[in-house]
Amino acid sequence: MSVAEQIPAVEREVPGKRPPKRNGRWSGYRHLLLARMLELKREPEVVFWVFVFPLLLASGLGIAFRNKPADAVPVAIARQDTSQPSLFISSQIQFTLTHSLPHAFKPQLLTSDDARKGFRLGRYDLIVEVDGRDIRYVYDPARPESVLAKSEVDTALQTAAGRKDVVATTIVTTSEPGSRYIDFLIPGLLGMNLMNSGMWGIGFALVDMRQRKLLKRFVGTPMRRGDFLLALLSSRLVLMIIEIGLLLALGVIVFHMKVLGSLFAILVLGSLGAVCFGGIGLLTASRAQKIESVSGLMNLVMMPMWIFSGVFFSYERFPAVIQPLIKALPLTALNDALRASILEGTPLIHQWPRLLVLSLWGGVSFLLALKWFRWT
Amino acid sequence: MTVAIQCRDLRKTYDGKVEAVRGLNLEIQTGECFGLLGPNGAGKTTTIEILEGLLEPTSGEVSILGHSWRDSAREMREWLGISLQETRLSEKLSVRETVELFASFYRQPRSCDEVLEELQLTEKADAWVGKLSGGQRQRLAVATALVCNPKILFLDEPTTGLDPQSRRQLWDIIREFQRAGGTVLLTTHYMDEAERLCDRLAIVDHGQIIAEGSPPDLIERLGGHHVVEFAVGVNTTGNSDGAALEAWRKLPSVESVREDDGMVALSVKEPHLTIPALLDAIGKQGSELQHLTTRQASLEDVFVRLTGRHLREE
Repeated sequence: MSVAEQIPAVEREVPGKRPPKRNGRWSGYRHLLLARMLELKREPEVVFWVFVFPLLLASGLGIAFRNKPADAVPVAIARQDTSQPSLFISSQIQFTLTHSLPHAFKPQLLTSDDARKGFRLGRYDLIVEVDGRDIRYVYDPARPESVLAKSEVDTALQTAAGRKDVVATTIVTTSEPGSRYIDFLIPGLLGMNLMNSGMWGIGFALVDMRQRKLLKRFVGTPMRRGDFLLALLSSRLVLMIIEIGLLLALGVIVFHMKVLGSLFAILVLGSLGAVCFGGIGLLTASRAQKIESVSGLMNLVMMPMWIFSGVFFSYERFPAVIQPLIKALPLTALNDALRASILEGTPLIHQWPRLLVLSLWGGVSFLLALKWFRWT
Repeated sequence: MTVAIQCRDLRKTYDGKVEAVRGLNLEIQTGECFGLLGPNGAGKTTTIEILEGLLEPTSGEVSILGHSWRDSAREMREWLGISLQETRLSEKLSVRETVELFASFYRQPRSCDEVLEELQLTEKADAWVGKLSGGQRQRLAVATALVCNPKILFLDEPTTGLDPQSRRQLWDIIREFQRAGGTVLLTTHYMDEAERLCDRLAIVDHGQIIAEGSPPDLIERLGGHHVVEFAVGVNTTGNSDGAALEAWRKLPSVESVREDDGMVALSVKEPHLTIPALLDAIGKQGSELQHLTTRQASLEDVFVRLTGRHLREE
């Protein structure tokens, strides 16, 4: 300090001008965040990949897997002969199947040969053979839809013939929002999007700045390095809020999704996810000097999570042996937590193991990244 | 005068193999414009980045205004304006946004508008960095250094790749900063830049200082005052063999002889004594004079004399 006072700073102040402003503690952070947001806003690719692409993906998949009414069961009715009883019974069966349970069956009168051929090709789920007064069901026990058709047709025919149910039962049908594919998909896409944009938004940006020697230039100023990383992370959080808002809005408005959890809980999960993947992105980019090398690393890190973490389909389909490993992945924890919060309204406090997994991944990555990080 | 920058026995070895800097000593006074002149790969950038505190030296001491990087780095950063070789600033930020960003890191920066005006960037204040010309980008890089109101300005190859007009603009800016009391350390491989801008300079080659002094002093000591270059016809036994060169050395007022690109170059104190004698000698040999020029000696001649190479050679 003493030397600094001895040597006069270069004098430029002109009398009459307003006194030079003094920057406060957070001035660097504020400007870094502002610059980052401006850069993102001015980069059309960012807007597309972060905001538009997930919406397109969700819409596309939501429409492809939308719930359709169940298909009518195709049934072949085959007459073995043209005797009077055969003719009568087969037309009775056709009438029953066509009318008694609307749209459930699609019966077709055929010769025995055509029926067998059609059955082999999978055109019919069941053949009802009428031989005189006998009725035979021809079905394939290895085909679930065939088994189902047999049982449904039998019930329909027996009921029409006057069978009474011994036990009274009631049937309630459901295809309520909450259990459809789009309901499963949107939280998964949220999670995947948080991972993608967290990893790219932090990792790519850092390596790009390192390659451009901008990091080195920044380090040549009194900028606080922590503030720099904090600003980068904050910009992610701002984007995260918009990402989540857009996807949820799409789900609610277009697909009539029901959000059971509180918005607050979802934002807490989103922040935790953004910070966790920001930390992993920071670690991935802590030493790479070139964009090409960091791109490969990122894909390597994200690949297992795209496959195993239940974005598009449930990870329950994988063998039980690897389930604990899958559940230890940060994206699995995030997806599960988002689904529980959004679809079931599970309170955060009951989800602490998942929050712990996310915090550990984020925290450990962040600490390792700080240790290894190269500014130059 | 106070010492602004001092380093003693500075060494930098990369990966235990490449010796970029080998025992370099410097002492730069406040208010001085000091140049590190040398070819590419001489260790100039490594040296300046160690002085800027961006690289850790393998060994040696650095002191900036009496402080060392180990003890008061944060404080020292407030006094130093830095322009690195080839920093690519964010293309999608405007000129003013960029300068304001850099200003925000310092406790008491200068007003951005003032700096932009000084560097003739006011017109471009709202243009994106990506739309600037090479000269404007380089001025912006200097603006990000000057906005902190530095005591010392470090410039690494500030004019490389610029057109003559942009170079001259930058020189004016550097002189202006120096006139206001600032200290400048710059690296360059342009002779004219070093000659015009620097009060003192050090010629760096292979990580060491091979000569140091003011440009006129260096030229006088090592370059001779004038250079006489000539070529003679082919019927002689070649210009370049040692005996023939040595013969030219004996002419009056000649200080040194070298062969340069097919011509003989004599460092000469008083050309009016040398040239008649030279013409006589050529006449006696019976060979034909094909080329003759005389010029003022330059830093280039100093460099060639010291290293046997040209500065711009790859």
